[in-house]
Amino acid sequence: MPEDKKAKHIYSVSEITQEIKLILEGAFSTVWVEGEISNFKAYESGHFYFSLKDESALLSAVMFSRANKEVKFKIEDGLKVVCFGSIGLYGPRGQYQLIVEKIEPKGIGAQQLAFEQLKKKLVKEGLFDPGHKRALAPMPFCAGIVTSASGAAVRDILQILKKGAPCVDVVIRSVRVQGESAAKEIAQGILDLNEFKKVDVIIISRGGGSIEDLWSFNEEIVARAVYNSRIPTISAVGHQINITLCDLVADLFVETPSAAAKIIVDKKNVLLNQIDADKQDFFSSISQILYSLNKNLIALKHMLKSPLDRLLEKQQQLDEFKAGLVSNIRHYLNIHQERARGLIEKLEALSPLAILARGYSLSIAMPQGMVVKDSARLKKGDLIKTILGRGAFLSSVQEVMKNERKTGL
Amino acid sequence: MKEKQAFEEDIKKLEKIVDELSNGKLTLAESLKKYEEGIKLAQDCSEVLNDAQRKVEILMKKEGKFSLEKFEEKES
Repeated sequence: MPEDKKAKHIYSVSEITQEIKLILEGAFSTVWVEGEISNFKAYESGHFYFSLKDESALLSAVMFSRANKEVKFKIEDGLKVVCFGSIGLYGPRGQYQLIVEKIEPKGIGAQQLAFEQLKKKLVKEGLFDPGHKRALAPMPFCAGIVTSASGAAVRDILQILKKGAPCVDVVIRSVRVQGESAAKEIAQGILDLNEFKKVDVIIISRGGGSIEDLWSFNEEIVARAVYNSRIPTISAVGHQINITLCDLVADLFVETPSAAAKIIVDKKNVLLNQIDADKQDFFSSISQILYSLNKNLIALKHMLKSPLDRLLEKQQQLDEFKAGLVSNIRHYLNIHQERARGLIEKLEALSPLAILARGYSLSIAMPQGMVVKDSARLKKGDLIKTILGRGAFLSSVQEVMKNERKTGL
Repeated sequence: MKEKQAFEEDIKKLEKIVDELSNGKLTLAESLKKYEEGIKLAQDCSEVLNDAQRKVEILMKKEGKFSLEKFEEKES
């Protein structure tokens, strides 16, 4: 076997790896590879490690920190991407891999994807929660505006306020609203107005523009500054419906700067109308009170009688009593008169004089004056007074007849 | 700022008076007093809202200190 050893070239592992490396890296120094991300890991060193795969193969990939700093969206498993880079061979592991220089999501722009991803993250954190939204003051008397002092937005807002709500003071915090530093400045402007404290509402605004022009309002730093604002916020970005993250986080959002100013004008008008309605309420309440009191008063007046009325009433009563009394007495007298007359007649009928008038006579023994009813009481010689129907005479008894009755008549 | 706070309190007082007057439990004298008070408050509040003395300023910040400068409005 020693001759064989001479004839054959035997590589060391390093040697052969080096040769493969040359061939491989020479052949694939600039490639585009499309696949799905899996096993994504971001190391503390800042480098990204992941695999690209399709139905039947897997390719290891690395994206060093210098390259991945530029990536706006978040790389995550399952994402379909197109990568640009070169194939490299990593000797210590005997492994070839794609060294990624650029990465783009497939089918959707990187910016759009970044937006969607950030939105998802902020939703999860609750930045858009309706529960976090605060109501505007009943009347914001001082409006803070974060915008460019030289832009169209501030001009539009000031014009509307001047015309519709000149009682509102305005504090402008001028910032750049597009370009590199814009997002940071906008966020700082919101923070500044919070520190300044004297404004009742913060309008974050800029005029219309392309989606790229408005992009600063989609940055996380702006969204968080709006969320953290202790003063209620109105987002008024652009001139049409392209909803920014700033819009979604703000307590209120409107399509244009003018519309933001109109919210304040409307607040003022609603209050003025309310105050007028209150005045009307006062008036009708007090009228109602007076009306019902007056009604009570009239009713009481009817119930209350004057002393004169009372006197007259008593007099009348008295007259009635009097008339009653007279007729009662008269009646009483009549009854008694009637009765008296009856008695008199009866008395007359019973009078002995009446009997005497019919021919009877009355004998009275004298001088005792007793009526003689029994002849046995008499004796011869007794003096008798005899009373007749008319006149009387004295006589003396001749004879006493004891059993004489019904004789002589 | 003080004026603004007073305004909000006045608006609340107004609402209270509307309630008190409408439920009709006050005596006539009390009602008339509340009515007078309410009308006065309503007028004060309207005046504040119809005030036209606004300021437009620009907030400057230098070394952490705020200052206000007058903002020159350009009419378009």
